[in-house]
Amino acid sequence: MSLEKFSYDNRTVKWFAYAATFWGLIGMLAGLWIALALAYPPLNLGYAPTTFGRLRPVHTNAVVFAFVGNGIFMGVYYSLQRLCKARMFSDLLSKLHFWGWQAIIAGGALTLLLGYTTGKEYAELEWPFDIAITVVWLIFGANMLGTILRRREMHLYVAIWFYIGTWVAIAMLHIVNSFELPISLFKSYSWYAGVQDALVQWWYGHNAVAFFLTTPYLGLMYYFIPKAANRPVYSYRWSIIHFWALIFIYIWAGPHHLLYTALPDWAQSLGTVFSIMLIAPSWGGMLNGLLTLRGAWDRVREDAILKFFVVALTCYGMATFEGPMLSLKNVNAVSHFTDWTIAHVHVGALGWNGFLTFGILYWLMPRIFATQLYSRKWANAHFWLGTLGIIFYVIPMYWAAFTQSMMWKEFTAEGQLKYQFLETVTTIVPMYALRAVGGMLYISGVALMIVNLVKTIRSGSFVADEPAEAAPLPKVAAVTHGKAHWHNWIERRPLQMVAFSLVVVAIGGIIELIPTFLVRSNVPTITSVKPYTPLELHGRDIYIREGCYTCHSQMIRPFRDEVARYGEYSKAGEFVYDHPFQWGSKRTGPDLARIGGKYPDSWHYNHMLDPSSMSPGSIMPSYPWLMDDRVDKSATPAMINAMRKLGVPYPHKYELMANADMEKQAKEIAASLKKDKVETPPDREIVALIAYLQRVGRDIKEAPAKTAMK
Amino acid sequence: MKFINYLQSITGVSVYPLTSLLLFTLFFTVASIWAFRADKGMMDHVSRTPLDHDDSQSL
Repeated sequence: MSLEKFSYDNRTVKWFAYAATFWGLIGMLAGLWIALALAYPPLNLGYAPTTFGRLRPVHTNAVVFAFVGNGIFMGVYYSLQRLCKARMFSDLLSKLHFWGWQAIIAGGALTLLLGYTTGKEYAELEWPFDIAITVVWLIFGANMLGTILRRREMHLYVAIWFYIGTWVAIAMLHIVNSFELPISLFKSYSWYAGVQDALVQWWYGHNAVAFFLTTPYLGLMYYFIPKAANRPVYSYRWSIIHFWALIFIYIWAGPHHLLYTALPDWAQSLGTVFSIMLIAPSWGGMLNGLLTLRGAWDRVREDAILKFFVVALTCYGMATFEGPMLSLKNVNAVSHFTDWTIAHVHVGALGWNGFLTFGILYWLMPRIFATQLYSRKWANAHFWLGTLGIIFYVIPMYWAAFTQSMMWKEFTAEGQLKYQFLETVTTIVPMYALRAVGGMLYISGVALMIVNLVKTIRSGSFVADEPAEAAPLPKVAAVTHGKAHWHNWIERRPLQMVAFSLVVVAIGGIIELIPTFLVRSNVPTITSVKPYTPLELHGRDIYIREGCYTCHSQMIRPFRDEVARYGEYSKAGEFVYDHPFQWGSKRTGPDLARIGGKYPDSWHYNHMLDPSSMSPGSIMPSYPWLMDDRVDKSATPAMINAMRKLGVPYPHKYELMANADMEKQAKEIAASLKKDKVETPPDREIVALIAYLQRVGRDIKEAPAKTAMK
Repeated sequence: MKFINYLQSITGVSVYPLTSLLLFTLFFTVASIWAFRADKGMMDHVSRTPLDHDDSQSL
């Protein structure tokens, strides 16, 4: 058969490689900054965009969607073309994909710094970006599927299945989680409330880890490790089971982020069971990767690329063993809300995603520039800097987590809590400093890589269109029907693959979400829980804008120490008007679920102005701009209307009188502040925030006699 | 637009986790049987796809 001549597009691969490196550095530096700010709070600079609450989403979004995202696209655009023996479907779509994604990242970072956020972790970008992400994702999908349909290789190699599964699952997760009602250009409210919002968010959040940080990188692993080791994957059969089992199980495990919360028990158990089952496919995949290196271990000693891959797989194995352990309720009782979670995700992010990306960059860049790597010695130095960085990062975090969790739970012989919350924080501040050292080591390794790659690029000449040739696909399959493997049915037909992947991931989503969505008894209503007043609603928006949820939870678990420290444990019915929910996932500061009425208004005013004046040793940033900025009254009617559309029972035409109510409540708070010698005009943001904080968790506190479960 | 809980209750909601476990077990068993009955020659062939073309210049 005659061979067809064509060329591989290396230009798009190069762009994505540059973008991954650039955004990776930015994202990591943002992480380093906030790590240092936790050890040394003046680094918050007293300026809104540089406070922890706004920089933390920039860090997480940059690392997840910009560093890893561009890393995925770099690897997919390189490997897909070669696995399909075809150029990418459309150069135009490649270009649109690249620039669209970079525009989303740049715009997203800017708006997050300005305080535009949905307040849902890892999905913080506001509604215009959600639409843009959908569009760019469709462009990516069209380009990928187009390439697959035009392929010159009959079989879809397992890496491509992972790419397809990723594409399908992320599309589903992103769309379901992003239902929101816009009230202005950059502000919206989540369609879901309270428990349901929490379930959807963590179904999304967990699977963002699964299908953005894991499955596409497993696809890359199945391509680049065989390439670097120059031998086929250890067991192709395992990879088939690995793929289907992983995408099937992963989607169910979301509720393990919500153990001991107000989420219904059966949903929590479902999350635990499937999380434990996840060990099997995860470790199967890890071993498959490691065993691919059988007979090549002598090269691992020399070759920095293989070293990066081995540590990446080891970290993947550790994180995927730790994850299921953290899903056990008894372990979760200790780990949740502490730095254990932070340690866990960084084993994954720094080890698995980071090291795999670096290995691929070192392998790929010299090839597309037709040269040799500038310095192997530097690559090895990078490997050790990175490895030490990970160790110095995670050990202090584990240490901090165990220390703090034990301190939280310790009672004196008299039955009193032994430690104030603040004491548990000041004890672990040295660990925060040590963690920043780990981060610095890791980033210095990345800097060394950048210099190495720049020098490599300068020594080579870029091959934008790499010539290739292959025979076209025969019209009729060569394999006789009787001998054809069952999997051919899907494996040779990408569209079946898409459909089947969607069915598999949708099953878990449907079984998990439907009962909680449709069944009223899952969220028992509490009659004393009333909608927020307009001023409280503004205060809540400020709470979300400043990213308070990044450090404060609003979810008291039914533990003796938590009830003693914070008050009555949280009930599902308390959150029915919370669009979005604000349960949080980390307690760098104390839980706020029952903060309402705990302190006088003036305490909050002084605390927001200078936290250490009220809590000496506090590491919370100060928020001086809240004392000067005015509440945007013009937004009130739109806020009320939106909330009513979402089901919050504000009376008919209430939006017309909402501002009058708001002014009245603000004046009362200003008067109460004045009694404590704090002078502030009632239209300032701090007044709204105080109104909200004084309301949180109060409804069932104030009317226990009236509380009734329907 | 309003979010509505359409049902009052599902009798024995605990049937959901059980169903899911059963679904997975069936799925996993079928996938495993199929994978291990696959033709060896074909498996070897497919697993060599990444190594097919020549860009394996050494560093």
